[in-house]
Amino acid sequence: MPADFVPLLLMLALAAGLALTLLLAARYLGPRRANPIKEGAYESGMDPIGTARQRYSVKFYLVAMIFIIFDVEVVFLYPWAVSFQEFLAAGEGIGVLAVVSIFILVLGVGLLYDIRKGGLEFD
Amino acid sequence: MDISGAYDSILYDIAGGFSLLVLLLAGIVCIVWDIFENDEPVLPFVAAMACVVGIVWEVRNLDAGSSTVFYDSIRAYGLASYINITILLSALATVILSVPYLKRIKHGYGEVYALIVFATAGAVMMGTANSLVTVFVGLETMSISLYILAGLVRRDEGGIESALKYFLLGAFSTGFFLYGIALLYGATGTMYLPEMASGFIERGELTLLFWAGIALFFVGFLFKVSAVPFHMWTPDVYQGAPTPLTGYMSTASKAAAFAALVLVLYYGLAPMPVAAWQTALAVVALVTMVLGNLLALVQNNAKRMLAYSSIAHAGYVLVALTAGTSQGYAGAVYYLLIYSLMNIGAFGVMALLEWDDKEGRLQTIDSLAGIGFRKPLLGVAMGVFMFSLIGFPPFGGFFGKVAVFAPAIEAGYTWLAIAGVLASALSGYYYLRVLYVFWMRTEEQADPAVRARAFPVSFSSAAVVVTCALVLLVIGFIPYVRDLTQIYFDASVFATMP
Repeated sequence: MPADFVPLLLMLALAAGLALTLLLAARYLGPRRANPIKEGAYESGMDPIGTARQRYSVKFYLVAMIFIIFDVEVVFLYPWAVSFQEFLAAGEGIGVLAVVSIFILVLGVGLLYDIRKGGLEFD
Repeated sequence: MDISGAYDSILYDIAGGFSLLVLLLAGIVCIVWDIFENDEPVLPFVAAMACVVGIVWEVRNLDAGSSTVFYDSIRAYGLASYINITILLSALATVILSVPYLKRIKHGYGEVYALIVFATAGAVMMGTANSLVTVFVGLETMSISLYILAGLVRRDEGGIESALKYFLLGAFSTGFFLYGIALLYGATGTMYLPEMASGFIERGELTLLFWAGIALFFVGFLFKVSAVPFHMWTPDVYQGAPTPLTGYMSTASKAAAFAALVLVLYYGLAPMPVAAWQTALAVVALVTMVLGNLLALVQNNAKRMLAYSSIAHAGYVLVALTAGTSQGYAGAVYYLLIYSLMNIGAFGVMALLEWDDKEGRLQTIDSLAGIGFRKPLLGVAMGVFMFSLIGFPPFGGFFGKVAVFAPAIEAGYTWLAIAGVLASALSGYYYLRVLYVFWMRTEEQADPAVRARAFPVSFSSAAVVVTCALVLLVIGFIPYVRDLTQIYFDASVFATMP
């Protein structure tokens, strides 16, 4: 049984070795010519303004959370939709539809809560 | 794979998981009602009714034969009903005690009741799990709701400390737990507990992978039940959280975690020779009892004292699990019921006697000198809870302690039982000190702020506290409650592995 894991171990060792080799190669082989523009933070061509430690609205995360909810919904619905025909053929169409409806209903309650509590209002 | 008939057993499943489904439905109703109506009295009513319906349903199924529902993922009837009643009783008491308390501290959000109900649903799922995945899903549902409830008073530094500590350490321990499940799956090839058991018997040997998995698994569990050396979070979390919800954490969530541990040990691991982990559990039980009681001795704050006392009580339950016999598991389940009643009562009284506007975080026991004369009902009820927690004869706690210590003696762990009895004797000092302060000191010795306060007791809170006290007085004399636990565990399944 433990012998089965040898390829995995080998792959881990290879990955670590490769990463280490590349890092060390860049460190010792690459030329270094520093100038102020190179040392600055990369802001897609903009000059960096001010500090990065700023406070910003938590609403951003609420939107991110809603996104994750619906992302998960799609992840669950996709395999469901693919195998729906099979369930239909087996005569279990109503059951499998009811189950997924309950799932969407529960997610819908989550969305409703979020909207009513002002999760989608920006200020 | 044949999928025809996939939903044939749906009615049977709904009947078996009825209390769980009612709780989930009530939680959703609470949320929807809260966002549209914001009508406070309805929410606790819905939450309490869900608990009552669940309790009534489970009482009807107490002596039905145990079975599994929802594709073998949860257990129903029999033992599962007994565990559900324990959890639902704590939840019901918590909901009723929370209403006046949260109104007083002005944090009566509608979400609180939805979260209590969801936490209870998680606890029910965990406490009746038949597969390791269900244990984990239940654990997470319960824990995440509790993290939010612990930090309910979000402007108070104690509440923030409580929530953050609970969240970070809880997430950390969940990592251990999950890793343990993964390794156990690797070692046994199944997530279902009964299949694990039959797999052991067939194979007749245990791999290193299994031992690593079980060790990590136990670490996760021992954290949740706050056994030493994984107890450090308990006092701080209990002290900072709103008091009725602290009571919930120390009863329902602990009962669920212990129940899941009993299910794993009995259904999953019983065929293994118990000696395998007996020594480890015995050491943890001993250290938990001794350290919990010793540290409780030096506490001035009632909530911290009760937190350390709940650590000590986890140790008593672990004594029963150490025995590893059917009587041991029966005793543990019985003790959980009694422990839940006395602890929710004690926290309920402390919630009613709170005066510092910091969720009891800053007030000492001494500040409540002579309160027994002003609030005789609470004083007498506290007396019952304290004597019961010590394990004094006529009260429920005594019968519970007999049920957990006797199996240990039968299994040859007499020294552990003796240590447990000595630790209980030690606990008498700090439990009786509460009563000494309540009744033997005069009101002049109390804090001026306490004398200025009226401590109103609503009828519903008084009813909960008095009911808990009365039940503790009589429960030991109803042998049915104890005998019921005996029939759930079959002695013939133990150590059948070659």
